[in-house]
Amino acid sequence: MTKTEKKPGIVTRNLNVTFNGVPAIENIDLELHRNTVTAVIGPSGCGKSTFLRALNLMHDMTPKCKVTGQITILDKEITEYTGVELRKRVGMIFQKPNPFPDMSIFDNVISGWKLSGMHNKKFYNEIAEKALRNSDLWDEVKDRLKEPAISLSGGQQQRLCIARTLAVEPYIILMDEPTSALDPISTQNVENTIYRLKSEYTFIIVTHNMQQAARISDVTAFFYLGKLVEVGSTRKIFTNPDEKLTEDYVSGKFG
Amino acid sequence: MELNSITYSKAKLRRRKFVNALMLSLCVVSALITIIPLIYIFFYTTGAGLSSLNLDFFTELPKPVGEEGGGMANAIVGTLILIGIGSVIGIPIGIMSGIYVAEYSKQLFANIIKFLTDVLTGIPSIIIGIFVYGIIVLPMKKFSALAGGVALGILMIPTITRITEEMFKLVPMSLREASLALGVSRWRTTVSIVLRTALSGIITGILLAIARAAGETAPLLFTAFGNSFWSSSLDEPISSIPVQIFNYAISPYEEWHNKAWAGAFILISLVFVINLIVRIITRQKYENTV
Amino acid sequence: MILKFNKSKSNQDIELKVKSRLPDIIFKNVTLIFAFIIIFLVLWIIYELYKDAEPSRDRFGWSFIFNEEWEPLKEKYGALTFIYGTVVSSIIALLISLPVSLGVAIFLSEIAHRYIKTTFSFLIEILAAIPSIIYGFWGIFVFATFMRNTVQPFLQSTLGFLPFFKGTNYGYGMLTAGIILAIMITPIITAISRDMLKAIPQSQREAAYALGATRWEAIKMALLNAKSGILGAVVLGLGRAIGETMAVTMVIGNRAQIKASILEPAYTMASVIANEFAEASGSLHISALIEVGLILFIVTFVINSFARLLIFSATRKYDVK
Repeated sequence: MTKTEKKPGIVTRNLNVTFNGVPAIENIDLELHRNTVTAVIGPSGCGKSTFLRALNLMHDMTPKCKVTGQITILDKEITEYTGVELRKRVGMIFQKPNPFPDMSIFDNVISGWKLSGMHNKKFYNEIAEKALRNSDLWDEVKDRLKEPAISLSGGQQQRLCIARTLAVEPYIILMDEPTSALDPISTQNVENTIYRLKSEYTFIIVTHNMQQAARISDVTAFFYLGKLVEVGSTRKIFTNPDEKLTEDYVSGKFG
Repeated sequence: MELNSITYSKAKLRRRKFVNALMLSLCVVSALITIIPLIYIFFYTTGAGLSSLNLDFFTELPKPVGEEGGGMANAIVGTLILIGIGSVIGIPIGIMSGIYVAEYSKQLFANIIKFLTDVLTGIPSIIIGIFVYGIIVLPMKKFSALAGGVALGILMIPTITRITEEMFKLVPMSLREASLALGVSRWRTTVSIVLRTALSGIITGILLAIARAAGETAPLLFTAFGNSFWSSSLDEPISSIPVQIFNYAISPYEEWHNKAWAGAFILISLVFVINLIVRIITRQKYENTV
Repeated sequence: MILKFNKSKSNQDIELKVKSRLPDIIFKNVTLIFAFIIIFLVLWIIYELYKDAEPSRDRFGWSFIFNEEWEPLKEKYGALTFIYGTVVSSIIALLISLPVSLGVAIFLSEIAHRYIKTTFSFLIEILAAIPSIIYGFWGIFVFATFMRNTVQPFLQSTLGFLPFFKGTNYGYGMLTAGIILAIMITPIITAISRDMLKAIPQSQREAAYALGATRWEAIKMALLNAKSGILGAVVLGLGRAIGETMAVTMVIGNRAQIKASILEPAYTMASVIANEFAEASGSLHISALIEVGLILFIVTFVINSFARLLIFSATRKYDVK
């Protein structure tokens, strides 16, 4: 695929987020393309998670938090979607696996549909299997679907959360340091899953792990002190960045 | 000089050790003193109550003085009806207002509601009786089960509001976010995820509110009033266990006193059992937090 | 692809918020209405008491508070004896309950082993949950007899020269009511004082130990640190004692008089409402009783607000719930 074939999935213009009046990210202008994996890197506190959570308006739950600017999701202004429509299109995986603790594995996978008032048993089985296969969890859990989700290991729980998100069939999946709470083997499993799914979904992954960014992403954006310093192909960012700051960070001089 | 100060401090140390031992033992003694009345009331009520408790007590109407037998069946049913009305009023208002405070409200409004629930908790229950007398008994021109139930309902509200709010705050934010991120609407997230997770805690709060309401006497004296006969209609006076105990207790007749002890035993058992259930439900939580 | 540092116009600086759908808006506003019910209810209670007390307020004015006379037959009403009875019985309760409650609170937070602590906390909860009517009933048949036969004769024989212990020994009276009230408010003062002590960081006690303090001296320091919270607990207990109705009504003797002796019967605000309201002799009588209720409400309102303020600021100091 050449670059020109890629259509923008998310475009932000002059995006600002403030907490209690204090800016966390400022004037972020960024275009993220469909069917690519974009890694967002930067030292802690640089605003990369804040940026990610702005993209599906998750900040709405945070008191005294204000998001301003312009976000275009799939060629439509973000303000044209209702919260439900937006998040059905833009899914999110969190830093810590957060399955619903008092639901079974099966109920967790179909929770997005069930809680939205869809009641079709046959359809449930179908989407649950598909989502679990896509997140590479099916073989491990197919005989224990009725067991509580919290009986799974941390890595399995995170892949269950991925399955739960895949089940509602979003176009874009935001991931907020999805492997930082996992061991290396689980991390590898999750990365494999992302790698396999990237032809069908648009991923935006916040990570503090530069090797991970280098391994799985096509495009990398570097944030520093609430500002977007540089964005470009991952190869370029890691080998020949334009900005001195980026070079210092990826070569481990700070961060 | 040096020697003197050492002997002085030795004497002082002895005194400090003595004070230490004395005060610590006084604390233990006060703990023991506190539970003496509890044990006394519990066993006395059980003893006096059980000896006059029989099947008739649950099935028969009260008998006039001098007649053998009789029971408090109408008061037991009356208390159930009053608690039923109270719950219909107290539970929805309590839970819904608690949800608003926990999920939607700004800090200032939340503090106002918290303050007002504290005010409601602190209002002597007899004043709720006066209030309900003014708004229901006077316009209807008679005492009624409805008035009594409304009074109990008002008394239940603050407990349930506060417990709902506290239990909602214990539900981790990550669960709300997980649900919202799946495209589940806000209200559905609140009801199906947050309320569901908080439910066991809220139920314990409701049980405690019911236990408290079941024993309330003062607000019923001039709302539900009392009744020696069967009554199930909401616009008639209705009997209740605590009011019946009161009327019997201040009477000069021993057989009535015995009936009152049986009623007291029922109430105290209810309180004990509900508190025990609440303890068992919340034990896990306690063990996790301690 | 890269559009960096392209300062956009300010008309794009709109706030981005989640667009809610109708069911969300409805749900939120329904819960809001329920929250407003609480505000409305408190205001309505105040209004209703104030309005229904009007005939009595018009007739007697401020003298209602300072007048001893309560004569339904002559249509003369003054609440002083009831105010006196409420205040004195509550103070007696507080004087008895305070040292004991502090002792139990210290026992629970500083001394007791974990299992004893859980069992004891449970027993104290039960003590708080026993209905007032049962305290009163037990008070009539067990405690008042005990007071009449044992405690009060002893007090009269040893301290009888004091005016507080003169007079007839009925068993029912101010002292009996005060002690029953003390039993009833001990759980609440204990529970809050215990929480206040727990909120004092362990490091402060350790600092005291490091300076060579005995255990009691370390506890004393914790007590001093928690004093405003504990004061809040005490004031809250006072509020509870003032509003307590049934138990007091059953053991205080219900005689409207002001006597120096605490063995004599007395009458409280809550008791007179409980006894006379249902059989009041006319609208002025009802109105006078409601005015007693209004005074009771104002007093408990002020006391409880003060207590909550103390407890709130005390817990915020250490940022512990």
